[in-house]
Amino acid sequence: MEEPDTEPPLTVVPGADPARTQLCFEWGPAEMLLCETLFGRRGGERRGAPGGSAGPAPTGCGVAGGGDGALGPSRVFVVRRDQDIYMETLRKLFNESHGIFVGLQRCEEERAARARNAQLVQVSKNYRSVIRACMEDMHQAAISARDSALHSQYSIQLCFFQVSILSAMELIWNLCEILFVEAAPAGPLLLRLLDWVQLHICDVDNMVREVLGSENPSKHKLFWNVVDIFVLQGRMDEARHLLSKEAIANPTSMNMYKILDDLMKKMPVPSLGNTQTLTEMELKWQHWHEECQRYLQDGTFASNSHMESICKILLGDENAILEKKELMTTWYHFLVTRLLYSHPTVKPMELRFYAQSSMDMFLGEESNPEPLDTILMAAFEFELHQVIKECSVALSNWWFVAHLTDLLDHCKLLQSHNLYFGSNMREFLLLEYASGLFSHHSLWQLGVDYFDHCPEYGRVYLELHIERIPLNTEQKALKVLRICEQRQMHEQVRSICKIMAMKALRNNRLGSALSWSIRAKDAAFATLISDRFLKDYCERGYFSDLDLIDNLGPSMLLSDRLTFLGKYREFHRLYGEKRFSEAARLLLMLMTAHIAPCSFWMTLLTDALPLLEQKEVIFSAEQTYELMRCLEDLTARKLDKQKFQDDDVETMKVEMLRLALARNLARVIVKEGTLEGS
Amino acid sequence: MFVARSIAADHRDLIHDVSFDFHGRRMATCSSDQSVKVWDKSENGDWHCTASWKVCINSYYTEILLFLFYFCREIFSRSGNVCLRSWKTTHSGSVWRVTWAHPEFGQVLASCSFDRTAAVWEEIVGESNDKLRGQSHWVKRTTLVDSRTSVTDVKFAPKHMGLMLATCSADGVVRIYEAPDVMNLSQWSLQHEISCKLSCSCISWNPSSSRAHSPMIAVGSDDNSPNILAKVQIYEYNENTRKYAKAEALMTVTDPVHDIAFAPNLGRSFHILAVATKDVRIFTLKPLRKELTSSGGLTKFEIHIVAQFDNHNSQVWRVSWNITGTVLASSGDDGCVRLWKANYMDNWKCTGILKGNGSPVNGSSQQGIFNASLGSANTSLQNSLNGSSASRKQS
Repeated sequence: MEEPDTEPPLTVVPGADPARTQLCFEWGPAEMLLCETLFGRRGGERRGAPGGSAGPAPTGCGVAGGGDGALGPSRVFVVRRDQDIYMETLRKLFNESHGIFVGLQRCEEERAARARNAQLVQVSKNYRSVIRACMEDMHQAAISARDSALHSQYSIQLCFFQVSILSAMELIWNLCEILFVEAAPAGPLLLRLLDWVQLHICDVDNMVREVLGSENPSKHKLFWNVVDIFVLQGRMDEARHLLSKEAIANPTSMNMYKILDDLMKKMPVPSLGNTQTLTEMELKWQHWHEECQRYLQDGTFASNSHMESICKILLGDENAILEKKELMTTWYHFLVTRLLYSHPTVKPMELRFYAQSSMDMFLGEESNPEPLDTILMAAFEFELHQVIKECSVALSNWWFVAHLTDLLDHCKLLQSHNLYFGSNMREFLLLEYASGLFSHHSLWQLGVDYFDHCPEYGRVYLELHIERIPLNTEQKALKVLRICEQRQMHEQVRSICKIMAMKALRNNRLGSALSWSIRAKDAAFATLISDRFLKDYCERGYFSDLDLIDNLGPSMLLSDRLTFLGKYREFHRLYGEKRFSEAARLLLMLMTAHIAPCSFWMTLLTDALPLLEQKEVIFSAEQTYELMRCLEDLTARKLDKQKFQDDDVETMKVEMLRLALARNLARVIVKEGTLEGS
Repeated sequence: MFVARSIAADHRDLIHDVSFDFHGRRMATCSSDQSVKVWDKSENGDWHCTASWKVCINSYYTEILLFLFYFCREIFSRSGNVCLRSWKTTHSGSVWRVTWAHPEFGQVLASCSFDRTAAVWEEIVGESNDKLRGQSHWVKRTTLVDSRTSVTDVKFAPKHMGLMLATCSADGVVRIYEAPDVMNLSQWSLQHEISCKLSCSCISWNPSSSRAHSPMIAVGSDDNSPNILAKVQIYEYNENTRKYAKAEALMTVTDPVHDIAFAPNLGRSFHILAVATKDVRIFTLKPLRKELTSSGGLTKFEIHIVAQFDNHNSQVWRVSWNITGTVLASSGDDGCVRLWKANYMDNWKCTGILKGNGSPVNGSSQQGIFNASLGSANTSLQNSLNGSSASRKQS
């Protein structure tokens, strides 16, 4: 398959002069930044050492004041990749098709092969009805915008433009549904194509409505046009109904009408059921064809040119049909009409010949086929890849190709194209589409499910995209986090928590910072924040975020400092609850087990003071010795470190502690001695 | 692609670099006017400059200061930074590049400039009145003064390596610094000095966090003396020697290189490297198995060129990958930015061009511009739809 050799789409950046400047750029997660610059000057500056205009280009410093003159005011441009993603009216399309997509991926395993086809057709129809609903919404919006005159001409135009794009998408999708998804066999195929044409060729609907609405339809100047339209679209009953009115008005040619009516009534149609075989149908059709031929040749309709041309159409006379070009408006209508009256049992594989010749006959030699024509032609030729390729070139968004390709893949129609950028075309297109969704501030959540269903690169794409979602609020961060956790994306989970912890710490929200770093299992950071907590406590004498610290639980073990923080707080709680002996034991343990950092020992010993001074004896003799050893260790270490420090407060504290310890020891010896003695 | 917005940057001279933060909510610009500006995106999508720091000395004065500065530097060598450090300047010269650290490390920027220095900046959560004015406060945490010539590029290492950054300079030295304590950004230690022999213009870290890949940095040189030396060198960290050593050189690139970029790895076993020289080139580097390589522990690579485009017709100055590494953008002397993409058959082609229209525009600040949005392909599709109308029959 050849790449369509098209010029890449050009995006115009207003103002920047390509002849004089270059563009500096930067990729972002959703947008791209552009600005004018001169890269060449860099080299010039480097060669021209400080001293001014040494090189051919003036140095940056030399002209800093007045700018360059050649450049206008410096500007930065924000470039987005996919405009459709930002269209409010298309949100519905994205949202609802997402549901259908997810449903299609899920139902795969459950169904048996036979029901499967019917189910896929239903999915296809669901997609189409979403397109249709969206199109109607947009049409309404465009009309009301035009009426209210509040909107700019441009936005209204854009709206109508979108409507026409959507209707083209639906037209193409419907044809693909008939040919590929449903894969209608000869016979029913034609009926489907007729439906397709009736559904989409509606320029003539207004004419029909006008004629039928008039008081006397048969006298209307467009009467015969409408009859022709009905015949061309194979709507026989409606045509006969109209003709009967005319017949009543013209009793003289009653007979002629009757014959034509009879021919139209008898026209064999391929049936949807299996009641008749194709050969049966062909036989009947042959017979009917001869009958029409007979009437035409014996001049039954010679007196009425309208009826004669209808009879010719019934006979599949290409020239007669082509005369009604205006009423068909498109070559594919012509194709279907032609098939209806000359090859009603056309086989799918024969379509390509009729399609090509119909297009040539209808468009004539000179005109070039438009993109839509080539897409439909490729479909008639059963060139699946070509259809998708042409569509991705012609359509401005990836929605259509991604969903259509996915559906066709579920029909097992795509041969695998195993390549390293995306396992196959389906995945490639889905990745493109989902990446587009991720560039939108709220649609990105839909993108997650699309990535989930790309087996090869879906996960890395999701990893790369999701960590770039701006974490404006805690709520949003939690949402992103949940998505990552569900998918065991540990590194992203860690990174998000770390970012949030850092953010909280920068804003001095210690509690939040601590809980985020616990979530991130970031021991170093938890230590750092615990230190902050302890420092704050030393300065202010109370803890903030008590709830959090009280309920640390096993996460306390993340870092030694955090353990200490939790235990230290526990000590305060025990003390507050007057459970002194437990508090004392804990306090001592914090030091002897080396949980407390050395810098904090003095604070801990000071905390022991009130316990030592209680009326009842709390510390046992052994515990008191331990405390004394801690104190001596601390003072010895202090002396080692900074020779001698005549800090009055500190020395006084030490003295007080020694005194208190000695008194306690005395009391406890007495107490323990009496207890043992008794 | 379409231009959604234009922002008056208000720099008084050429902008040299523009940089998005990790989430695309902030950007930084730097310019020949010796200043750095930081911009924040508001909820409604408008961009506001929230910080700007620069010197307001006239150019003549700057020249003298610069001269003095270099003079002092010669005399005092490394300790000479007292001379000018007291000036609260960004850089006494054009600022070439500005780049953001990963948000895990807070709000941190690095810049490099003509004045032979690179600097690290950190945002301080503002005083209340700063916040009220919508301004943020940035302080310079460190100035890296080891280079003897213009510092041409600065890049933070991938976050899994910690808070590290690499600079390269015109005298051909790549320097790798590390902040051992992420809470104290005023301490950066020079970890490695790699001498590349050729004047360096650009560096790129290999973003792969896979254990299978050692830290790796590619260096490009814009040396334009007539020689046939390879202008792209790849250095790899060796766990045994704890040093960076040259693993490869792209022998086919002999013209000056202006920019270089590793693509995000996507879990592949090989690396993709884009090079901006007289054309755009894309290379794949496939590590050969270690036991096959002879030289002590260094990985050897099988290098292939997978694409080469001369559509810019002349020098290419910038190359950069989108976040999934599927689209490469390049900017050249033709004034265009071109987008390159491989399709599902691994066929690289140009998928878009961004180009100025050359018309002067008045400096209106922010406006939605939708003129360029109706692509030619779309209009033609619309034309071919003349047959069917909007008001459709119900199915």
